[in-house]
Amino acid sequence: MSRIQSVFAELKAQGKKALIPYITAGDPHPDQTVPLMHALVASGADMIELGVPFSDPMADGPVIQRASERALVHKIGLRKVLEMVKTFRETNQKTPVVLMGYANPVEAMGTTRFVALAKDAGVDGVLTVDYPPEECESFNQQLAQADIDSIFLLSPTTEPSRTELIVKQATGFLYYVSLKGVTGAANLDIVEVKKRVAEIRKTTDMPIGVGFGVKDAATAHEVAAIADAVVVGSRMVLAIEQSNANTLIPNVQALMKELRTAIDAV
Amino acid sequence: MQVYDMPDERGHFGRFGGTFVAETLVEALEELRVMYEKYRHDPEFLAEFAYDLKHFVGRPSPIYHAKRLSEKVGGAQIYLKREDLNHTGAHKINNTIGQALLAKRMGKPRVIAETGAGQHGVATATIAARLGLECVVYMGAEDVKRQAPNVFRMKLLGATVVPVESGSKTLKDALNEAMRDWVTNISNTFYIIGTVAGPHPYPMMVRDFQAVIGIEAKEQMQEMIGRQPDAVVACVGGGSNAMGIFYPYIDVEGVRLFGVEAAGHGLETGQHAAPLTANSPVGVLHGNRTYLMQDEDGNIVETHSISAGLDYPGVGPEHAWLKDIKRAEYVAITDDEAMNAFHQLCRTEGIIPAMESSHALAYAEKLARTMSPDQVVLVNLSGRGDKDINTVARLANITL
Ligand SMILES: Cc1ncc(COP(=O)(O)O)c(C=O)c1O
Repeated sequence: MSRIQSVFAELKAQGKKALIPYITAGDPHPDQTVPLMHALVASGADMIELGVPFSDPMADGPVIQRASERALVHKIGLRKVLEMVKTFRETNQKTPVVLMGYANPVEAMGTTRFVALAKDAGVDGVLTVDYPPEECESFNQQLAQADIDSIFLLSPTTEPSRTELIVKQATGFLYYVSLKGVTGAANLDIVEVKKRVAEIRKTTDMPIGVGFGVKDAATAHEVAAIADAVVVGSRMVLAIEQSNANTLIPNVQALMKELRTAIDAV
Repeated sequence: MQVYDMPDERGHFGRFGGTFVAETLVEALEELRVMYEKYRHDPEFLAEFAYDLKHFVGRPSPIYHAKRLSEKVGGAQIYLKREDLNHTGAHKINNTIGQALLAKRMGKPRVIAETGAGQHGVATATIAARLGLECVVYMGAEDVKRQAPNVFRMKLLGATVVPVESGSKTLKDALNEAMRDWVTNISNTFYIIGTVAGPHPYPMMVRDFQAVIGIEAKEQMQEMIGRQPDAVVACVGGGSNAMGIFYPYIDVEGVRLFGVEAAGHGLETGQHAAPLTANSPVGVLHGNRTYLMQDEDGNIVETHSISAGLDYPGVGPEHAWLKDIKRAEYVAITDDEAMNAFHQLCRTEGIIPAMESSHALAYAEKLARTMSPDQVVLVNLSGRGDKDINTVARLANITL
């Protein structure tokens, strides 16, 4: 069983839902990323989504764009992100780490080399935003051979026939994008999310995470009632942006605790 | 000779092109692909397109034999395909009309566009005004500064111009922002991409709408000189004016095709916008796989060109393919060379060319010099230079 699968199995046994915070590697400073990851785990993260900075984050809203820009000032690229994961793994072998990023950095490194380094670093899943399943078959196979999960997005506009195609390619969990738009765009429509998640469940037993529009504890609570995992990105990055070196960890942990409590209350 | 038939059903030109977008955009592109397939051969649609090209744009654009320029250069005869005489002053209008007519048929009341030099923005704002569509144009904040007259023109036409402050604040960032708008407003919005880039079906669709340039040129050359030119030269930003004139010539033997990229301060300085000429690596940006200027981490690097319309780190996937199969040749011209060609055309022919087109002119002059007077070089004069006079004045330290 992969680390991602065990986490979901364990939570299910406890009747709990997963909390997955997103942060961009290298934001606000490369030295703070690994401590931040440990702090996230200590304050209730079941899994971490680690963003790979990219110069042209087309699917991201302004908050995560700015995080990418802050990380790129320190020249944080894919190689350094993988080193960070490796460092994190030295003291944490339990919490899954999913890399979320764009295709070009992966292609620049070469998919073979990327998969080998990701495996070595202890990466558990990879979500490449601009790799729809039709364009990444061989990459997907390479990931599968290395026992790394391929995480795919499903969107409010994804047709049922396409959902089936994506479900076939996906492993680990499915990531349902709760709104039409970029990360952090608007407030999600919980009625719509509920309907769509129910539809997706008809096609698969895989756990379903929901993200892109979870802005506060109340939304996290509502989403947790429907999904298996709640992904919190822009709100988390905003907390990072609004902190200084001293308040960073306390602020992020305070937000995490709020979210954790809300999610566990379902 | 094998008949050229690209792209494949999923928009691949060999290993280039494709649909590299987030899942949130997949259905919108599928809807567009299906609609375009439905209308691309529809007689009524094509008739409406042809009507607008004739009566609204003023097509066919003439071909002009630049005799004095040819004499001065010494060598082959230089002919100009006068896209600068189109309504709004560049080839961009051909494509925006095609896409706007499609938007109308798809029932989308709102169109958005990205723009670099502002020509595509103006062309989109123009057709939006004529069809009564709401129009929002994304433009890098840097370009807003260097292309002020076009910004004002778009506003006069009723468009909203949104300066983009992210990244390098140029064309690529405007494209990112337009994509973000599109995923957010998919149900009522049509994204009119201005060049042969983006995810499938854009590179093919924009090429098809621009192919009118080459189709006319073939007829006109036959009429004027009784044969086809020895070489066709066009500047390449994303590559739409070049694909437009190249496409009908791909299967014509004996016609060399030259795409001219922006060498900026010189290829050796790294400050340029010439991914093909500089042998940039292959990568994925803006929904397609192509040659891309990038650093070792796969981040897109900042480009430089005197002309905003060429200031793009990638190139349409079909050009990447034509380079690989060696059907077209790609070269680069520096800012200074383009500037000289600009002044030369102004003074010898009474035509003020766009800075983008001046790159094609500069290379055509170099090429013509190596050829004999009975040979012919056809240059796609993609636009007129009125929009560039501020830039030219600034470089000469003149305040207007
Ligand atoms: C006059 C003119 N020529 C050329 C271009 C470059 O675009 P493309 O390579 O798509 O023709 C532009 C773009 O703004 C332009 O305005």
